Amino acid sequence: MATNEENSNTKKLQVRRFKPEENPEKHYLNEEKGIWAWMTTVDHKKIGLLYLGSITFFFFVGGVLALLLRTELLTPAQSFIDADTYNQVFTLHGAIMIFFFLIPSVPAVLGNFVLPLQLGAKDVAFPRLNLASYYIYVIGALFTLFAIFTGGVDTGWTFYTPYSATTGGNVMAMTFGVFILGFSSILTGLNFIVTIHKMRAPGITWNKLPLNLWGLYATSLIQILATPVLAITLLLLTMERLLQIGIFDPALGGDPVLYQHFFWFYSHPAVYIMIVPGFGIISEVISTFSRKVIFGYWAIALSSLAIAFIGFLVWGHHMFTAGQSSLANMVFSFLTFLVGIPTGIKIFNWLATMYRGSIDMKTPMLYAQVFLFLFTIGGFTGIMLGALSVDIHLHDTYYVVAHFHYVMMGGMVMAFLAGLHYWWPKMFGKMYSEFWAKISCAILFVGFNMTFLPQFVMGAQGMPRRYFNYIDQFQSFHQFSTIGAYVMGVAFVIMAIYLVHSLLKGKRASSNPWGSRALEWQISSPPSLHNFHHVPVIVNGPYDYHKPMSEFQLGIAASHNGHHAEEAVNVSQSEKEQA
Amino acid sequence: MNRLSEFMLPPAKSTLAAETDALFHFINVTSIILLAGITFAIVYFSWKYRRRSEDDVTPVITHNNKLEITWSVIPLILVMIVFGWGFTGYLNLTTAPDDSYEIRVVGKSWLWEFHYETGHVSVNELHVPVNRPVKLIMSSDDVLHSFYIPDFRVKMDVLPNRYTSVWFEAIETGESIIYCAEYCGNAHSNMLATTYVHSVEDFETWLETAGSADDDMDPVELGEQLVTRNACDTCHSTDGTRLQGPSFQGLWGSEREMQDGEIVTVDENYVRESILEPNARITAGFDPVMPSYSGTLSDRQIDAIIEYLKTLQ
Repeated sequence: MATNEENSNTKKLQVRRFKPEENPEKHYLNEEKGIWAWMTTVDHKKIGLLYLGSITFFFFVGGVLALLLRTELLTPAQSFIDADTYNQVFTLHGAIMIFFFLIPSVPAVLGNFVLPLQLGAKDVAFPRLNLASYYIYVIGALFTLFAIFTGGVDTGWTFYTPYSATTGGNVMAMTFGVFILGFSSILTGLNFIVTIHKMRAPGITWNKLPLNLWGLYATSLIQILATPVLAITLLLLTMERLLQIGIFDPALGGDPVLYQHFFWFYSHPAVYIMIVPGFGIISEVISTFSRKVIFGYWAIALSSLAIAFIGFLVWGHHMFTAGQSSLANMVFSFLTFLVGIPTGIKIFNWLATMYRGSIDMKTPMLYAQVFLFLFTIGGFTGIMLGALSVDIHLHDTYYVVAHFHYVMMGGMVMAFLAGLHYWWPKMFGKMYSEFWAKISCAILFVGFNMTFLPQFVMGAQGMPRRYFNYIDQFQSFHQFSTIGAYVMGVAFVIMAIYLVHSLLKGKRASSNPWGSRALEWQISSPPSLHNFHHVPVIVNGPYDYHKPMSEFQLGIAASHNGHHAEEAVNVSQSEKEQA
Repeated sequence: MNRLSEFMLPPAKSTLAAETDALFHFINVTSIILLAGITFAIVYFSWKYRRRSEDDVTPVITHNNKLEITWSVIPLILVMIVFGWGFTGYLNLTTAPDDSYEIRVVGKSWLWEFHYETGHVSVNELHVPVNRPVKLIMSSDDVLHSFYIPDFRVKMDVLPNRYTSVWFEAIETGESIIYCAEYCGNAHSNMLATTYVHSVEDFETWLETAGSADDDMDPVELGEQLVTRNACDTCHSTDGTRLQGPSFQGLWGSEREMQDGEIVTVDENYVRESILEPNARITAGFDPVMPSYSGTLSDRQIDAIIEYLKTLQ
């Protein structure tokens, strides 16, 4: 296990170069075999893949539900599902996509896989806890499925009281599922924070930490600080429904606006749980494919922390029309605009990184560019919604729906896809079809804008959200939007095909197909079960493309390997520098 | 620009709408300019600095504090302008003039009730005078609703445990749609109403005659009108279609099973009870979601509805 040997400042390390093994015969995917080995694995890479399987399933379910909704909305009145079913479907679409896909996607899948690799560690700090997090996630998911099959839930993913306290269906099982899920999120965050603090390989100082890890670090902080509030809220909701204690329901003497405060106190930071790790991925991808040192390392790293911090103070902007005081509205509006600044800083720093780079427009980079464009639109429309007087008009309309999807799907999902395509060769040791990946990305981009651009116009014209029927005036917008959703569906089908093809018949990936300097690319693809056979030593920043590759593949030369002296590189000087 | 604004927004029919729209356009125009710049940079850099060989060497540019400050401060100034502008507009939107004409609004699942100073109650029809500030004092009978008139750019949640208010001054006569914007269950999307903006004289006349206009109508005709006017048909069809509640067609005189297994014959007493105390007995297979019409409908009106139901066989 790697420890902080660099803490003793005077210590000199004898290092040598460890070239990654190409086409390893034994790796983490084949070293332990069988279902049981997978189910009980404490290997962070396999747990990451378990999560990948689960969230893919939920993304598929949530996506099919979205297509059902869009199909129903082809006509203003009822076409093939009734109002009650429609309400359940949009509730499930929201709840599944947010709680079962977006929140765990980047941290639990890509974070789990990449974080220890980028730290030069053999695993996360608490491998068993990591596996427990996965099973807690599964149990939460089972509760939710149980809720769906025993009456369904039609409250919207926000579970607003008093409606959620009075409606039929199995709201209890659903909220309990989300409650359980929260613990999975908290434990993963805790695990990551400890791992980043304690398990960095020699030489990884805080200013050499990959930006992906800064993103995950900020995310983990939000996860452990905000998620308990969701648990408290759902517990209070349960107490009210089961024990008739008046907390939120006015019929029992409670206050429904209190519920909204509680709910958004978690759910607004949760939006940053979803997007901040995406920022980390984009930093990695843009630097790698521009083959250039990242511009404004500290600006990007600190802006993640700033977003995480300010993100805790803006929940009230979901409640401008809810009946809170004008003073509260003013403060929340003001703070909301402050979040825009660090977000803007990131965009500009990424663009500056591309300036005079050597840009290779491979699929991950293409997704990163799509992210930049769509997320910028999401950001600007967020400014629109932060402006008090305009929000009074736009609140609870399709404008909000479109804004949210531009941020979450255009931002977060595109970042996730960038990361998935970026680390895919490392995960499975296979390449995918670059041609089909780009085609799929292009179709997705077109379909996405077809779906959600009309929703901005519709919303500004006054179309409220969560409407089963709508007035005829909006039909052409809805139809255009629905066609866009089908186009996106096609893109995802293509993606599924070429990724499965890659798994079965893909070309073998080299250890570092993108020529990255990051540590996870300096080991074989796929990595061996314990990641590193040596203790890696870091002398350069993760984006120092001006330094030779050999300086990124150093590890502690074992003492009995003295006869390898001819390969040893003397880095004692740089060791002293960073000490 | 005007064409675009007509496309993006509903017609501006209140005194404050133009102010909200101006900010909407300011943010749109500024955003589009910035977005165009960013998009241009993406495309231009991607092309200009495309990889030419695997041995490309890139310059080492780690940071530039002047640039960081520039692209922090300029957006900060812009968003502070937007903040101030939005907040001022918001203050205007929430501060009703003292001489506002007050109307009481009650949201129920799934209809809007408007109570006027004369005691008249209209359902799903809001009648207001033009060129006079109108203040709505609102509350809900059950769950959260949100009162939204896009043409006036006003929206406010309607809560069960407190009063909220919204005000506007219509600048032209005509009709504007009212939506419920806060999800409130099964027929949320049918919780629509219409604002009728009258000239001052017309409004006075309407207010005087509104209560007595039905006096000389025959009961069946009146009943049919009341069913539409009071939004009964939001949830009860007259053609046999199953909506949130049982259809009125074939209802009269039939025997229905209640949730507790009791068999009820639909007669005068049952219909009256269902209107005034709807959740006392619920037909099996339906949810107890109907609001009470007690205080909304007079005895004569209930009788008229009963007469109308008798004709729907």
